[in-house]
Amino acid sequence: MNISHDWLERFVPHGRTAEQVRDLLTAHVATVEGFEPLRADLAPFVVGRVVESERIPDTKLSFNKVDDGSGALLEVVCGAPNVAVGAKYPFARTGTTMPAGLVIEKRKIRGFTSNGMLCSARELGLGEDHDGILALETDADPGTPLLDVLPLGDVRLVVDVLPNRPDLLSHRGVAREVAALTGVPLRLPAEVASLPAFPGKPATGAQEARVPGLRVTIEDGEGCPQYGAAVIAGVTVGPSPAWLRAAVEAVGGRSINNVVDATNYLLHGFGQPVHAFDAAKLAGDAIIVRRARAGETLRTLDGVDRKLGTEMLVIADAERATALAGVMGGEASEVTAATTRVVLEVATFEPRRTRTTRRAAGLSTDASYRFERGVDEAALGELLALGAALLASVAGGRVEHLLHVGAPRPDPAPVTLRPSRVGHLLGDAVPVGEIRAALESIGFRVEASGDALRCAPPSWRHDVAREVDLIEEVARLRGFDRLPDVLQGARPGTVPDHPLWTAYRRVRDLAVASGLMEVRPLPFAAGGQGHALVRVRNPLGEDEPFLRTSVLDTLARRAEYNLNRMQGDVRLFEVGTTFRAVPGALPHEEHRLGVLVMGLRRPPHFSEPEPPAWDAWDAKALAEHLSAAALPGRAIALEPAEAPLLWSIVVDGAPAGVVTRLALDAPVWARPAFGIELTLGVMPSAPPSRAAAGAPAPRAAVPRFRALPTTPAAVFDLALLVPDTIAAARVGEVLRDAGGTMLERCELFDEFRGGGVPAGHRSLAWRLTFRHPERTLRDKEIEGRRAQLLKTLESQLGVRPRTA
Amino acid sequence: MSLAAFLASLDQLATDGPARIAAADSLEAWSEVRNALVGRQAGRLSEIMNGLGALAKEDRREAGQRANAVKQALEGALEERRAAIAAAAATSGPALDLTMPGRRTWHGAVHPVSLVIDEVIEIFRELGFTVALGPEAETSWYNFGALNFPADHPAMDLHDTLYLGDDQVLRTHTSPVQVRTLQQYPPPVRILAPGNVYRRDFFDASHAPMFAQIEGLVVDEGVTFADLKATLTHFAHRFFSPTTRTRFRPSFFPFTEPSAEMDVACGVCAGSGCAVCKHSGWVEILGSGMVHPAVLEAAGLDSERYTGWAFGMGPARTAISRYGIPDIRILYDSDVRFLEQFAR
Ligand SMILES: [Zn+2]
Repeated sequence: MNISHDWLERFVPHGRTAEQVRDLLTAHVATVEGFEPLRADLAPFVVGRVVESERIPDTKLSFNKVDDGSGALLEVVCGAPNVAVGAKYPFARTGTTMPAGLVIEKRKIRGFTSNGMLCSARELGLGEDHDGILALETDADPGTPLLDVLPLGDVRLVVDVLPNRPDLLSHRGVAREVAALTGVPLRLPAEVASLPAFPGKPATGAQEARVPGLRVTIEDGEGCPQYGAAVIAGVTVGPSPAWLRAAVEAVGGRSINNVVDATNYLLHGFGQPVHAFDAAKLAGDAIIVRRARAGETLRTLDGVDRKLGTEMLVIADAERATALAGVMGGEASEVTAATTRVVLEVATFEPRRTRTTRRAAGLSTDASYRFERGVDEAALGELLALGAALLASVAGGRVEHLLHVGAPRPDPAPVTLRPSRVGHLLGDAVPVGEIRAALESIGFRVEASGDALRCAPPSWRHDVAREVDLIEEVARLRGFDRLPDVLQGARPGTVPDHPLWTAYRRVRDLAVASGLMEVRPLPFAAGGQGHALVRVRNPLGEDEPFLRTSVLDTLARRAEYNLNRMQGDVRLFEVGTTFRAVPGALPHEEHRLGVLVMGLRRPPHFSEPEPPAWDAWDAKALAEHLSAAALPGRAIALEPAEAPLLWSIVVDGAPAGVVTRLALDAPVWARPAFGIELTLGVMPSAPPSRAAAGAPAPRAAVPRFRALPTTPAAVFDLALLVPDTIAAARVGEVLRDAGGTMLERCELFDEFRGGGVPAGHRSLAWRLTFRHPERTLRDKEIEGRRAQLLKTLESQLGVRPRTA
Repeated sequence: MSLAAFLASLDQLATDGPARIAAADSLEAWSEVRNALVGRQAGRLSEIMNGLGALAKEDRREAGQRANAVKQALEGALEERRAAIAAAAATSGPALDLTMPGRRTWHGAVHPVSLVIDEVIEIFRELGFTVALGPEAETSWYNFGALNFPADHPAMDLHDTLYLGDDQVLRTHTSPVQVRTLQQYPPPVRILAPGNVYRRDFFDASHAPMFAQIEGLVVDEGVTFADLKATLTHFAHRFFSPTTRTRFRPSFFPFTEPSAEMDVACGVCAGSGCAVCKHSGWVEILGSGMVHPAVLEAAGLDSERYTGWAFGMGPARTAISRYGIPDIRILYDSDVRFLEQFAR
């Protein structure tokens, strides 16, 4: 909402600067998010005094010495006829940009140097007067900023009015608050206070009222509780008086003509949207408020032909719709230069119905914005008379008739406030007298009722429905800054950390330590795995209308983004949500870890200029390590999976993730990419209950101390010829089984194919570590152990040692 | 063994030893020589000393003294040589250029938005807050109804919503977690709820259709607006600086009453006004307020007995100003050159 500081002051002569009003409103009412001096372009101009002046022969020019407050007298050539020694004028120093865009520079004219310019009203954009420079009637010293001298200092305050306070969508509404905060009484601005009162009484009726030449009928009383109309005759459409033009322009509007400007004055001044019809263009001299008929059309003032629907509310004449009620007028009944008789509509349209009409039309206006939020219905009678008188005053007509059909809805119901509850909620007891005074200052009628206060909101405050709403009014009017802010002790809460948060932090720490970088990309997808995709009904783009089913898909797109930028070392991870549609319920959500690695395994070093690239074995170990960190206390196994997957991550016997090689849209130089995806857990969507606190998450087994060895170990290697049909893990199993309790470690450390190894086989070497808990193993024992292992391998698997 | 033979061995060692020590020109060679001469296991001196037991009792004293003297001489020479080698190594450059880089590993990074969330959580943890989470796809009831949004009201216009179904939305704020948590756990409740939220905002330099939010909620008997102010001011002092000024100004959220926005004095201009703070001197940090009784009631609590306060902030916006990021989209692009800037 744009508020003109000058206009506001005409409602409440508070005597404060615009800065003070801004701070007052922000602290107590609503945030002023914009502060726009309206003639900021005049900020560089100063008061200049002509000290000497002489005519330049044979020209209209004068050569002057001007005091601009800088200490030195400046030589200035001037073309105006009215330069007078001792007089003060607006002065532009060199470097000043004129409102029209010209920059004043030092220049030579007829051999005289000119260091600046004395300005006329037109040159400053202050009117059309260009007969001479603008003489300033001021005591101000030379050098004083021009804006301090001329009454041009209006400032536009942009107030962020939130949906609960539609009463602030006008100068009067904001002025009410300023009046309450400053103690300066609210009044009507002089320009409307002195308007003549309508001599008669408005014609009234519950659904209909008639005067000669006009009938107003409300057919849809739910959509339009009351409809006021004024008939103004003898109107001459033309330019507005200067004060009205200034008011309209101060709030950011454009002056159109006296009729339109008067309607805007009512809108911005009093928060009441009004509309002017050309009375001659209303068929049957009728105004009917009704639902639009199916198939009806209307060309609105913006020139758009609109098809109307029965959900919309319209203003119609005897024949057809002539305005979209509360939204926009129609072209056919528009006021034009030829209009002499105007019907001014001052009505109340129901908020939800306005919202429906506005939505159906896809057209939001200043009017619909206010009707949707609610206008002050009780003010309609006052504003009808005031609006009619204003229009007649600025457009030279005469108010013939007023009509007022229907009635305002009742004022909001009183709300009871317990003064003790104010202190209870705010943490600072407020005396009853102060509570009362605060509420009364903004129009509440307060009556004592036992220990409590019965507070009747004013007609413009439909947002106050509960005790707590009143407490807010008291708190803000006193100022939040007055409340104490000493940190108090508190009881510990009952809510444990969410296990998915704990899992995220654990897995994130390890991922970062492993050299991975966290990402937080958008979770929208072009498609996904399976058919249970969750589709956004109103997606931002039809290219990605779904919610993702896999974190890896997102990471793959992010890796491609990096490849497009010639970045091949991509190590990303995300812990994010995946979605799967569930019929008749909220989507199934999982928190998943996704990892994507590609490029060099390590940064190059002079000792290793070409480090290896990430491969499947890196990915496997990373997956094992991350899974263990994320899901402590769970049994985790990586089982070979069918291509294109590499491994399935099996947690407590159930598949919970994958390790895979990723197919990317990648340039030829890109290294292979590997992905890991692991479900950390399900995020429940069902409504929770007290009972369902859930079982505690499994915890990692507590490590148990094992005595440190006191005897030496015996280590030997076994190189075995293993057929490709036998998995290495199987051989390892047999070795461990046969090795007995003294086998401490059993590690596969080499694989070899080729020279001397038969086809269909590979040579695999294990390093075995044996230890006797009490004594040194003898060579003979070790040899025996070796022979026995080889025998078992031969008998169980048919695997033999590789002989050199 | 005779004493003469024993002493002859010692003399031999006393003669040979210093020459071998002097010949050691590296720490490795020195170490080898030391082991060979005076090493406890296989040193020559130990070998000779093993013969001590074979000497006549009356000779042992002299033999022992002589052996000790040789040992001391050798050890003195060894230490001298070690120092000399070390000194030479320190001054002779070409052998090992210690200015060459160490063997690095890749450094991982936490996303800047997560860094901000972490810091917020860390500060509130000290005050006894724990972390609660909730689903991102929500019912309209949890997202709006339970939070006191009137149906079909302009307040909804503040939340341009992505719909999944007639009654399902992508949550527009983390506030549904308030209701879910209060349904599940009895007061006192002191939680933070970080998470992603969605709005139907097209991607531009300052808007994204999904962004992180972090919510805070306190519900107990006797919780007041003064507690809210004190706690959030404490937070601002910890998050920004102990001298940061704060202000609370009236605002509106359907689910809090009274509602207040907390600003901190602009860190760039210290309050005098600049482009960062849009010349107001203040930067908006978070929205807050006393939990609306209707919300407590929707969660099944007695709003006469319990009161509470809540706040919500946007860590992405904080990250952008804290790290000087010019465009919010950079946070989502996942460009490794950006992420590396936050490596640790
Ligand atoms: Zn600033």
